[in-house]
Amino acid sequence: MGLLDRIAPRRNETEVPAAAPASVGEPLFATKALRKFLINLTSHESPVLLDLGPVVGGNVTFFGEQLGCKIFVEDIFADLDRHARGGTLDALPEFLKTRFPQADGSVDGILCWDIIDYMDRAAAQALANELTRVLRPDGALLGFFGTAPPRDSRYTKYVIVDEVNLKHRPYPASRGRQAILLNRDIIRLFHGLRVSDSFLLQNNLREILFRKPAS
Amino acid sequence: MWKRDESVRPASGQPAAPQPPANVTAGAPSPRPDASHNMEKDIVNIGKSVVIKGELNGSEDLTIEGHVEGTIQLRDHVLTIGPNGRIKAQVFAKAVIVLGEVMGNVTASDKVDIRDNGSVDGDIVSPRVAIAEGAHFRGSVDMQRKGTPGTPGQPKGEVKPAAPQPAGQQQQAQTPAGAPAGQRVGA
Repeated sequence: MGLLDRIAPRRNETEVPAAAPASVGEPLFATKALRKFLINLTSHESPVLLDLGPVVGGNVTFFGEQLGCKIFVEDIFADLDRHARGGTLDALPEFLKTRFPQADGSVDGILCWDIIDYMDRAAAQALANELTRVLRPDGALLGFFGTAPPRDSRYTKYVIVDEVNLKHRPYPASRGRQAILLNRDIIRLFHGLRVSDSFLLQNNLREILFRKPAS
Repeated sequence: MWKRDESVRPASGQPAAPQPPANVTAGAPSPRPDASHNMEKDIVNIGKSVVIKGELNGSEDLTIEGHVEGTIQLRDHVLTIGPNGRIKAQVFAKAVIVLGEVMGNVTASDKVDIRDNGSVDGDIVSPRVAIAEGAHFRGSVDMQRKGTPGTPGQPKGEVKPAAPQPAGQQQQAQTPAGAPAGQRVGA
């Protein structure tokens, strides 16, 4: 097989849409880090999960019924939206410092989704500090980070189909994505955590799985 | 209790005959105005204009369209918070269906169902929880079988549901916790 023959299939691969059409008409998006996140989560007894996105009934069922988690739903997107609409984004970092009632080291897993992309640096740092605080040693945090220029002002609900597939369900937002974060910026944000796995998906989403080092 | 004799049902358009009071310890329940409603099952309806403050106990299904503050306990029965219902209370029931607003913790021995436009601000303890797409929820969800209606603050018989392990679980045993970070490109 010649060099061109080897390259040609790769060209064809790039033409394949990242999202395979689902049977119900809603596209599915692959996830690589979720499975590892679930493995870490279920390794704990009666795991406690913190979900920073809007409540998704299917996700609650998935984590609650199937995995036996206790789930805290803390919709940070709603908080961000409220501050954006009210013109009080400057106050968001201070708000986030007292936003989470969870005790230090009390959460086994955090679904951060892509909330960091929509925040200014100060707010993102305040959020990252709080998430690092509440995460239990050996706990995991799953974050999504966009790598393509922001185009529109939409948030996304991530609906878990199974451990390797998500549905992306966009909904209106008052604020668009901010500047794209580089890897080193993300790592600095979560300086108390260690990058366990990082995946760059074809849909320009970077999935990063952080783990808090066991003390 | 509410079963009517079809032969004495008032003609359509006439006001319904007075109903006996419901078995609710606080507040005055208003019977369902729809005379054609099948009343084979005991259902009490607290109307829009009713405001109850205190402890609400019952042994039949209850629908709340009004305002309730305090505690609601319906052992072995279904509590429905209607679209107009506003609840600021601790709720204990067999099943809770929310179409209105609830502020407070909800404990159900069977199921909590938050329908479209329903809203719950509080912690839910129930073995089954369904949350519709347009529902609002803020709080925690604990689906392990602990807590029973009618016994607030006293969890009964914690039964942990079987937690199926995701595929690939065995990998964890082979991967040391301190394994170096992996950087991959895929999917």
